[in-house]
Amino acid sequence: MLDPLPWLILLPLFWATLAFVRGPGRGGRLAVAGLLLQLALAGGLARQVAGEGERVYAVGGWGAPLGIDLAVDGLSAVMLLLAQAVALPLAVYARAYYAAHEEGARYFWPLAGALLAAMNALFLAADVFNLYVTLELLGLAAVGLVAASGGAGPVTAALRYLMATLLGSGAYLLGVALLYGAYGSVSLSILAPLLGADAPLAVFLAAALMLLGLMLKTALFPFHFWLPPAHGGAPAPVSALLSALVVKASFYLILRLWLDLFAPLATVAAAQLLGLLGAAAILWGSLMALAQTRLKMLVAYSTVAQIGYLFLLFPLATDTGSVASASAIQGGVMQALSHGLAKAAMFAAAGTVILSLGRDDIARLGGVSSRLPLTLFTFALAGVTLMGLPPSGGFTAKWLLMSSAMHSGQWGWVVVMILGGLLAAAYVFKVLRQAFLPVEAGTQFKPVPRLLEWPAFLLALASLLLGLRAGEVLGLLGAG
Amino acid sequence: MSAGLLYALAGAALFAFGVAGLILRSHPLRKILAFNVMGSGAFLVLVGLGQRDGTADPVPQAMVLTGIVVSIAATALALALARRQREHGNDKEERDA
Repeated sequence: MLDPLPWLILLPLFWATLAFVRGPGRGGRLAVAGLLLQLALAGGLARQVAGEGERVYAVGGWGAPLGIDLAVDGLSAVMLLLAQAVALPLAVYARAYYAAHEEGARYFWPLAGALLAAMNALFLAADVFNLYVTLELLGLAAVGLVAASGGAGPVTAALRYLMATLLGSGAYLLGVALLYGAYGSVSLSILAPLLGADAPLAVFLAAALMLLGLMLKTALFPFHFWLPPAHGGAPAPVSALLSALVVKASFYLILRLWLDLFAPLATVAAAQLLGLLGAAAILWGSLMALAQTRLKMLVAYSTVAQIGYLFLLFPLATDTGSVASASAIQGGVMQALSHGLAKAAMFAAAGTVILSLGRDDIARLGGVSSRLPLTLFTFALAGVTLMGLPPSGGFTAKWLLMSSAMHSGQWGWVVVMILGGLLAAAYVFKVLRQAFLPVEAGTQFKPVPRLLEWPAFLLALASLLLGLRAGEVLGLLGAG
Repeated sequence: MSAGLLYALAGAALFAFGVAGLILRSHPLRKILAFNVMGSGAFLVLVGLGQRDGTADPVPQAMVLTGIVVSIAATALALALARRQREHGNDKEERDA
């Protein structure tokens, strides 16, 4: 039996390298096989963590401080499971997508493999410097994917994304340098008690720099400027990977730092500020989504809004008592999972519509309901999660966040979440309304392969059913 | 003031210059150079603060080496993208002319 900790990083590197060697556009089948194995490994790892709690793996037998440690706990097991569960259907989708539409297919598989290897390594990293390296690798692979289709728009968006992501990781690295200067260690488990005992001023500066850098990478309002052109302009499989997973990776890191490392420094004021930015993201992102005329830009702005919900957990989890704080963390993680699945489905569905129609004006979607019923159903199901209607995972997430807000008497966040849900309904129905209009004269629908429609549908279904299996997910999250 | 602290302060100043350049300059090449100044600043802080009692600590040196490799990769990618963007710009100018 393969040990999941190293193999979750090695396997994607393995298929990425083979895909690169086999030449442009090749290697999709290998990627699907590799991802199947990765999903099985992540599932096995989740069961292991649920049973035995967290564990540490010394890479090559050389543990910290000279070597590198990998560590897994409930949170990283959940995120690993999400990454593989989203990537597998998207790989099947991408094979069908690039078979129909060759532009951007050249380096998709090697870059996607590198992206997943970096992301899995990030979820498993046990020290702040290793986290920096994985963060940077993840950013470089993501920028490469955005630029892969090669037009003037995507290249400009990719360059802007690259500058934003480099600035973010630069700030993070300076924070790491200050932490090392203060304590002489980069290991999360060694640093945490030291920070609790005594924190000089430099450490506050380090925390601020690291969090700011990561907020830029997560595209939290007002640092979201790079996201819509990068996510909206990339080919659909890439948009789906970026929106569903890449922004979650830097969010995971913020959560980990806030809960484990900087917990002794966390103040209510800082947490409220994060919450306010999250609330602004929800409202601004939803309004901008509503104002878009192109389908993929609408979906991209919806990501800006949904990221906002993730940050509501900080004011709800800081100094609010154990019940409210536990439910806030569960709600935030649940939101990350359900948005990951739903947004992958939504971008994939949008890509199918664009392939079939050859355009993505929302005003000219007439006939999609009769010609692409499964794809439209996928879009609507994903919309149910974004709106937060039962029984979806989005409902569970928002319910947990709201009950935490009520428990700690912070009613303002409840109002923001309800408004955000209504606005999400408005932009989802804006698309659905147009899709149910009759076919425009002169419009040709190209037939689409079934492998394009079904993976997206499965992702949307998973985001819906996640609400019914929330107990198990939250149990895993609590296991160490 | 120890030599290590002096390096760290110089690094912090370089980092600030780099960030300012990255945000304020619009030309891609200047942005890429600014990113490199910023990165070098962070490395200098890491090495400067990493000295214990005047002797060099090997761990931050190893980290800086890794960091340099990462930033070279990032610079190469940024240069390739900037060049691609320039080519597209030229195509557009030719079409417009």
